[in-house]
Amino acid sequence: MKIKNILITFVSAIALLFSTSVVSFAKVVGDKIILGAAISLTGKYSSNGVHTQNGYNMAVDRINSMGGVKVGGKTYKFDIIYYDDESNPKRAAQLAERLISQDKVEFMLGPYSSGLTKAIAPVTEKYGVPMVEANGASRSLFTKGYKYLFAVLAPANLYLDVAIRTAVELNGGKGVRIAQAFEQDAFSQDVRLGILDAAKETGSEIIIDDKLPKELNDMAATLVKVKQMKPDVLVVSGHTKGALTAIRQISEMKVDVPMLAMTHCDAAKLSKQHGKNSQYALCASQWHKTLTYKDDFFKDGMTYAADFEKEFGYDPPYQSAESSAALLVFKDAFERANTFDQKKVRDALAATNMQTFYGNIKFAPGGQNVDKPMVLFQVMCDDAGKCENKVVAPLKWASAELIHPVPKWSER
Amino acid sequence: MDFLVFQYPMITIQACLDGLLLGILFALIAYGMALQWGVMNIINIAQGDLVILGGYIAYFMYLYGIHPAWGVIVSPIIMYFVGIAIYKLVINKVVDRDLFISILATFGISILFMQLMNFAFGADVVLANSGYGTTMLFDNNVVLPNSKIFSAFISIVFAICLVVYMKRSKLGRAIRATAQNARAAKILGVDTEKVYAATFGINAALCGVAGALISITFTIHPYMGLPYTIRSFMIVIVAGLGNLPGVAMSGMGLGIFEEFADYILGTEFRIGSVFLLLVLILVYRRFKLSRKREYLK
Repeated sequence: MKIKNILITFVSAIALLFSTSVVSFAKVVGDKIILGAAISLTGKYSSNGVHTQNGYNMAVDRINSMGGVKVGGKTYKFDIIYYDDESNPKRAAQLAERLISQDKVEFMLGPYSSGLTKAIAPVTEKYGVPMVEANGASRSLFTKGYKYLFAVLAPANLYLDVAIRTAVELNGGKGVRIAQAFEQDAFSQDVRLGILDAAKETGSEIIIDDKLPKELNDMAATLVKVKQMKPDVLVVSGHTKGALTAIRQISEMKVDVPMLAMTHCDAAKLSKQHGKNSQYALCASQWHKTLTYKDDFFKDGMTYAADFEKEFGYDPPYQSAESSAALLVFKDAFERANTFDQKKVRDALAATNMQTFYGNIKFAPGGQNVDKPMVLFQVMCDDAGKCENKVVAPLKWASAELIHPVPKWSER
Repeated sequence: MDFLVFQYPMITIQACLDGLLLGILFALIAYGMALQWGVMNIINIAQGDLVILGGYIAYFMYLYGIHPAWGVIVSPIIMYFVGIAIYKLVINKVVDRDLFISILATFGISILFMQLMNFAFGADVVLANSGYGTTMLFDNNVVLPNSKIFSAFISIVFAICLVVYMKRSKLGRAIRATAQNARAAKILGVDTEKVYAATFGINAALCGVAGALISITFTIHPYMGLPYTIRSFMIVIVAGLGNLPGVAMSGMGLGIFEEFADYILGTEFRIGSVFLLLVLILVYRRFKLSRKREYLK
């Protein structure tokens, strides 16, 4: 009996030793660079979580099949450990701890949404783990002085900035009257701050400033005010629910406004769910497939979109494109650092200055990407009711001319 | 504070009508809750999730090319059986326990439903388009989406049918008898078990109708159920149990109150003001949830 006990202890001790030794090499095992990511695979962000994961996977496969990452004269391949954060910030923070302290991951990819990135960033910062994130745009992420956080996307306050500037330009440089309705969450409120800044700079006036509660899917009251006050621009941001509710009620209540600018149109599949009613809506987007940025891995936006569709069966939303770009940034930084030392990789990330199919990437000291403007697309439909998103601003990338002012409902 | 709503009479009319149409829809959901509460003394936290599930049924009909308005017939039929199934699987095991246990149980069902719907239908916000157009009143100054008018109309039709059914049919009388005194009803030969199951089924069916209407007028999402539970809870608290005209009145009152709160205080305080009203009413009425169970097995 005693011998058996000793044997069991011995075997388990060896097993333990073995398991810890494997774990401690987890960051780079053999020829693999292991990245960690907590992603919302279930819960309310699960559709965008899946878009994010597909974007990551697409880039991992592409980089690996095209020669991998060369560090110190050796070729490495990317691999990602995923955990499901259930769309829950607390869970995301726990999983980040787990990835770093148990799985010994030394480099992280971001989760989906600003809220979850906010939950994870303090953890990666504490352990000095460089994180490249592609789906947290909230301005507050970049004002906390984080040193290990890098975002490939433009911050939230710039989302609809270009819409206001375009409206002012069309108004002959004079300020416009703005009505706005934003959901009460970190992201939408940041978009709102951006509008306030743009309004101040252009001498525009905000005449309606409503906040939409998360639980609400009715904005009739705001729209009645819009009908009465007749602003030049109506700005709405409230994730997919906000975009869908706005179009439904604007079309039902026949609200005429010369310019309607929104966020999350493609995530909401606006033109598919609403068809012609969504026509003329202007939407802020981080990326559009017709943009002419290029890189060696995905060539350009159109090729990326075609390849993505072949693999996953749907047109890539910008959430996927920016997630793919995050991997390209990591690869570039590893090769320039030429080591896996976290500090040196972090410094290499900070010095990033590159072009990807998704856009130029160059990080400000706060970690946000300052080299990639937002684009605006407009939903345009043909007579048969088939709708397409066409880039209309900034002019450099416009593939169609902005239709302004939006025709009245009585003339449609 | 913004008193725009009183400066333009058209906005006042608009707010009243919007609130009224919304309130009628809430009242339908609340009536199901009141029925169940009155008969079985169960507060169903999963009420809103049943509504959303009903909405998804209409949405899927819409996806397959059937007009979503037919959902108001198909959805309650399916939901009736969903309700019976929930009763048989969970509710009848906890219904004779403390009120708190039944709240916990339905809370559990609510979470389970949210996750299952998210798993089955995805986390996208969806809606069904009825293509009903818009009614313009007062020289185009007041606009009413026909889908909202349709919703209110259908809600009223179902409410009237239910009242008639409860008055005239055998099962309806049995339900009312059980609500008044379960023990006496049982002694007189009412199959209370069947009554309870049917009550739960009818409640779920009402939720199904409301859900189909919500998919036409608003948007649906797996996690959007709770606000409907809270509103119906509140309407029932105000109206009291077994008081259909009361439920209808307090439903419409709440709808109008919400609209005016939205205009005067701002949209951000709309839901908050509903909660504040709930607290005030609870304090005023000192509503006591009956601890005494009246369930008989």
